[in-house]
Amino acid sequence: MLTTQTKEYPLPADLQAKIDLVLESHDNDPTQIVGILLDVQDLHERHYVPEPTAYYLADRLSIPVTNVFDCLNFYSELSSRPRAKYPIQVCSSPACRVNRIDTERLLSTLQDLLDIKIGEITYDGRFTLERTTCYGACDRAPAVRINGHVYDHLDSTEKIEALLRSLQ
Amino acid sequence: MSTPIKFLTQNFGAYDTSSIGSYMNIGGFSALKKAVNMDPEAICTLLSDAKIKGRGGAEYPLGRKWSQARAVRGENKVIICNADEGETTTFKDRELIKNDPFNLIEAMIIAGFVCGATDGYIYMRAEYACFRPLLLNAIRQAKNYGFLGENILGKGFNFNIHLYSGGGAYVCGEGTALIRSIEGKAGRPRMKPPFIKVSGVFARPTCLNNVESLSLVPHLLNDKDTYLNCGRGESIGTKLISVAGNVNKPGVFEIPFGTTVREIIYDLAGGMQHDRGIQLIQFGGASGKVTDASILDTPYTYEDLRAAGVMVGSGGILVIDKRTSIIDFLRMNQEFFSEESCGQCTPCREGNLHIKIILDKLAAGTATPEDIRTMATIARVMSMSSLCGLGETAQNSLQSAMKKFPEVFDLGGASA
Ligand SMILES: Cc1cc2nc3c(=O)[nH]c(=O)nc-3n(C[C@H](O)[C@H](O)[C@H](O)COP(=O)(O)O)c2cc1C
Ligand code: SF4
Ligand code: FES
Repeated sequence: MLTTQTKEYPLPADLQAKIDLVLESHDNDPTQIVGILLDVQDLHERHYVPEPTAYYLADRLSIPVTNVFDCLNFYSELSSRPRAKYPIQVCSSPACRVNRIDTERLLSTLQDLLDIKIGEITYDGRFTLERTTCYGACDRAPAVRINGHVYDHLDSTEKIEALLRSLQ
Repeated sequence: MSTPIKFLTQNFGAYDTSSIGSYMNIGGFSALKKAVNMDPEAICTLLSDAKIKGRGGAEYPLGRKWSQARAVRGENKVIICNADEGETTTFKDRELIKNDPFNLIEAMIIAGFVCGATDGYIYMRAEYACFRPLLLNAIRQAKNYGFLGENILGKGFNFNIHLYSGGGAYVCGEGTALIRSIEGKAGRPRMKPPFIKVSGVFARPTCLNNVESLSLVPHLLNDKDTYLNCGRGESIGTKLISVAGNVNKPGVFEIPFGTTVREIIYDLAGGMQHDRGIQLIQFGGASGKVTDASILDTPYTYEDLRAAGVMVGSGGILVIDKRTSIIDFLRMNQEFFSEESCGQCTPCREGNLHIKIILDKLAAGTATPEDIRTMATIARVMSMSSLCGLGETAQNSLQSAMKKFPEVFDLGGASA
């Protein structure tokens, strides 16, 4: 039943091979779906799980595709829509936000330099700005999180500029 | 001046976290070897004597929990290590995983032995994915050395550990949600009973523990005297706390119970930035309660904090200076819950939304005394009727703030 669905969503052979490697590293275990989706979305330059990939995963793991989409929608670290090459996550929880001057400068500098607002994507698809809840780097504010990596102590415009320049 | 202590953190920096040999050189796995030659019930008694309370937030006695897990009838029991650490201002488990991964693995094996479990699951938040290789390596090496797998240390005891990743949902720290997530589903909590100790992961009896609760066990088995001689009153031993906000040196500190809040903020965390005054302190993360500077000379213990109207909870301490108003803080905290509520039950989904609306009105100066009464009612109804702990505790900060700072919510007749 699922197989017929997949056939309508062919994947390039090289992507398929990469996804198979991810599945392998999670022992092809359907209960590891969240970890699998996290890894698979990073295979895509814009860090999301496109529909054909979701169908492919459902088929390979023998789970309903609704299960895959339920996870994609439920978990905030997963996305079924294109994000950016570098999604910049800014924490919106209290411990970071009460460091007002730093946090406000961080946000306004990022918005100015990238010429986008929270939730928007730069024209070239390189950056988005996302607000997230606490990611456990409260002692490293002002910080941003990009593709799982925390860049901390961004307490001057120069440091923020240098960070953006380093992300090509 | 507070006395620094290294009990739980004694291995930090003392060994190469990628090498089991290095860990064994500093005495690693000696606690496990000791444990397998003990009566499991005696280990539970030791934990009860040390009065260890769960460090995840709910403060349930660890010895009692393990003893109950032993008593449950059922095959293939499961130990879970809750490394979801989603509370705001809470990042102590991060340091335990990063600096002492082998101790955590050893602790889980001991937990498995005591509770009669065959599998251990570590559920780690996606935000800590950078530690996955470290833990996977530790699990693999422990397996190669025979500390995991079949017939561990020749005692006929089988145990394996599996690492699972969260997906950025705070609610997945709640037991039933975490279990659904491990089962490969969206992590929406379910009604209890059945309780997870009877029917948890894949309907197997399950014992859920926080990273810090587990990490204490090997150290306690190796050297209980040091631990038992620390602390104050009913709060024995040491605690890992994380301090952040408007302090000079935010970070993770190990303290003996009984250290005063003043020592924590002014000695360990380096005092307030620019010596500004303290507006409020929140204990235990987003779901924790708040108070003001009057708590400074209170010793940090379970009993003293409770008497002062707050709780140890997750061990997070958020200190905020006068630049942030009480209402602005509450709005930030509320945004967290509005974002993190899974939305499946009405009191929490709607309650969080409407409290946010009223807080926004309060900030804008357009709230009426009627709004304040409505807000208090919603908060009360939420804590009574929500399906899971998230909705039950989301308004702890609001309710404690209304008690501690009544003037902020007293709109008098003027704006009515
Ligand atoms: C919404 C919610 C989130 C929670 N998040 C965590 C968490 O991130 N880490 C944790 O250890 N416990 C968390 N808990 C508490 C756990 O459900 C559970 O009580 C705890 O892991 C038990 O371990 P302990 O007894 O060792 O503390 C959370 C509870 C709720 C209701
Ligand atoms: S209380 Fe909130 S988080 Fe918990 S089940 Fe209900 S809606 Fe979901
Ligand atoms: S409050 Fe921002 S990372 Fe924790």
